[in-house]
Amino acid sequence: MAILVIAEHDNSELKSATLNTVTAASQMGGDVHVLVAGSACQSVADEAAKIQGVDRIVLVDDAVYEHQLAENISLLVPELGKDYSHIVAPATTSGKNFMPRVAALMDVAQISEIVRVDSADTFDRPIYAGNAIATVQSLDATKVITVRTTGFDAASAEGGSAAIQTVELSKNAGTSLFVGAEIAKSDRPELTSASVIISGGRGMGNGENFALIEKVADKLGAAVGASRAAVDAGFVPNDMQVGQTGKIVAPDLYVAVGISGAIQHLAGMKDSKVIVAINKDEEAPIFQVADYGLVADLFEAVPQLEQQL
Amino acid sequence: MKVLVTVKRVIDYNVKVRVKSDNSDVDLNNVKMAMNPFCEIAVEEAVRLKEAGIANEVVVVSLGSKVCQEQLRTALALGADRAILVESDDVLESLTVAKLLQKVVAEEKPGLVIMGKQAIDTDNNQTGQMLAALTGYPQGTFASEVKIEGDKAQVIREVDGGLQTVSLTLPAIVTTDLRLNEPRYASLPNIMKAKRKPLDVKTPADLGVEVKAHTRLVKVAPPAERQAGMKVASVEELVDKLKNEAKVI
Ligand SMILES: Cc1cc2nc3c(=O)[nH]c(=O)nc-3n(C[C@H](O)[C@H](O)[C@H](O)COP(=O)(O)OP(=O)(O)OC[C@H]3O[C@@H](n4cnc5c(N)ncnc54)[C@H](O)[C@@H]3O)c2cc1C
Ligand SMILES: Nc1ncnc2c1ncn2[C@@H]1O[C@H](COP(=O)(O)O)[C@@H](O)[C@H]1O
Repeated sequence: MAILVIAEHDNSELKSATLNTVTAASQMGGDVHVLVAGSACQSVADEAAKIQGVDRIVLVDDAVYEHQLAENISLLVPELGKDYSHIVAPATTSGKNFMPRVAALMDVAQISEIVRVDSADTFDRPIYAGNAIATVQSLDATKVITVRTTGFDAASAEGGSAAIQTVELSKNAGTSLFVGAEIAKSDRPELTSASVIISGGRGMGNGENFALIEKVADKLGAAVGASRAAVDAGFVPNDMQVGQTGKIVAPDLYVAVGISGAIQHLAGMKDSKVIVAINKDEEAPIFQVADYGLVADLFEAVPQLEQQL
Repeated sequence: MKVLVTVKRVIDYNVKVRVKSDNSDVDLNNVKMAMNPFCEIAVEEAVRLKEAGIANEVVVVSLGSKVCQEQLRTALALGADRAILVESDDVLESLTVAKLLQKVVAEEKPGLVIMGKQAIDTDNNQTGQMLAALTGYPQGTFASEVKIEGDKAQVIREVDGGLQTVSLTLPAIVTTDLRLNEPRYASLPNIMKAKRKPLDVKTPADLGVEVKAHTRLVKVAPPAERQAGMKVASVEELVDKLKNEAKVI
């Protein structure tokens, strides 16, 4: 049986989370098909067809899927997915939104945010803010799974040549409407795929002071993140939140500035390869996970860091 | 409009849980338990809707063992009008919880259901969406603002790229994100008053739902520990280590 991966995209470009999801899917055993559901999204299907290890693209191009409304996508996927052994999507806010609906309509469990494939029916996933790893076996015929992208390498975006199969299937629940979106625009890399991240916490004091870490980010080609406290205080927008209930990241280098290291924050970044903490309190729990800790006032240390890079 | 709110009893969010030595599960013996933080936000939102005259009754539901009554009483002290406990000592998976809630929804016929986006124990982030699927209701997940206008709910959702606004035809399911509101504390008089508010107990059998396992917990292990790091004395030393030892810049 084959595995169906649901592509994440914005109707013009494929999102990189899809590539990590393909890697997870290919470890489940079986052909990998990728569903591209959207509106005027042929270019996404073309891009997905080049992913290494993908055997077929299923393209459903219809205006009702333009905004990936969960009510509509979740009517489509069970119908297309009934002959697949696994239905897999990235654990992004989009995947988290529609996949449990898919699972419930198929009368199966969803196994959320897996970080490892042990076998075709058994998976590892973090629970309790990552303070424990559960190994879970699915007892259902169809396995509905979301994938934590930091657990899997990205499949190569080039080298594949999957055939594109077009399917006409328009499913409109008619209960929800997209009204608008405020999508943050930034020239910096995306948090979830950046190889270097520098994050600020409540210690930054205010939003203007984030300019200090943005300057360092510019030198390192880094993404900028934040703790929930910094978001709550209105220093920065919500899409920058790293943690158990924000974004999960695992860059090569994570620099935490003025962040104490609450378990909810650690849950989102402790799988980073190298962690640096800059904090004036030497007892701050962030130092327990930091490879390099600098006890210093950030308002002195961060400008120095920028100069020395 | 009646608002139904779900509250889950979970480990207190400040507690770092430990895995049992036989790897069968986490150890919850003598651990402080509390209402899931996202459910506190759900209760607060419902109570505010009532205070604004949009809701006329707030009903809270919890599913689990008898001790969940504690969290229901807390919700009543925060301003909910009555409570329902669906009592079961079995492990209730999200799909089962959603099926039980579907029956409660069929009986109560709320105009709006507010749930947490995620339980901080399982970190599943799925029950609200599953209930929405089973009832056929639209969903506004990860909500940071909810406005009721006639038979519609306008919900601002926190998504990876920023914010998204959707319009939902009521009845609908909303799941809360952290910035939806800041929950109040229960006052002592309200805690006393809550003791006299009605709390109904039902069983899955009463609701006609079979508790079925769709997954098996094979084992639970502690996460990989990070090697203890070092303190550096200066920014120079930090930059040197990052360049020449860790080789990440
Ligand atoms: C349900 C729930 C979910 C949550 N989810 C998340 C989540 O996803 N992500 C998240 O981050 N949090 C989350 N939290 C919040 C979390 O519990 C902490 O409150 C939060 O992470 C604290 O942020 P902080 O470290 O920036 O602030 P604080 O804990 O206030 O720490 C500020 C730090 O800055 C240091 N500092 C201050 N001034 C300076 C200076 N001049 N120089 C150097 N250092 C300085 C201080 O020593 C301190 O260590 C969640 C909480 C709950 C209840
Ligand atoms: N046993 C339960 N009792 C009450 N509410 C629950 C229960 N399980 C899940 N929920 C609700 O569903 C939300 C999401 O939970 P989950 O999908 O498990 O992360 C929680 O925040 C609760 O509001």
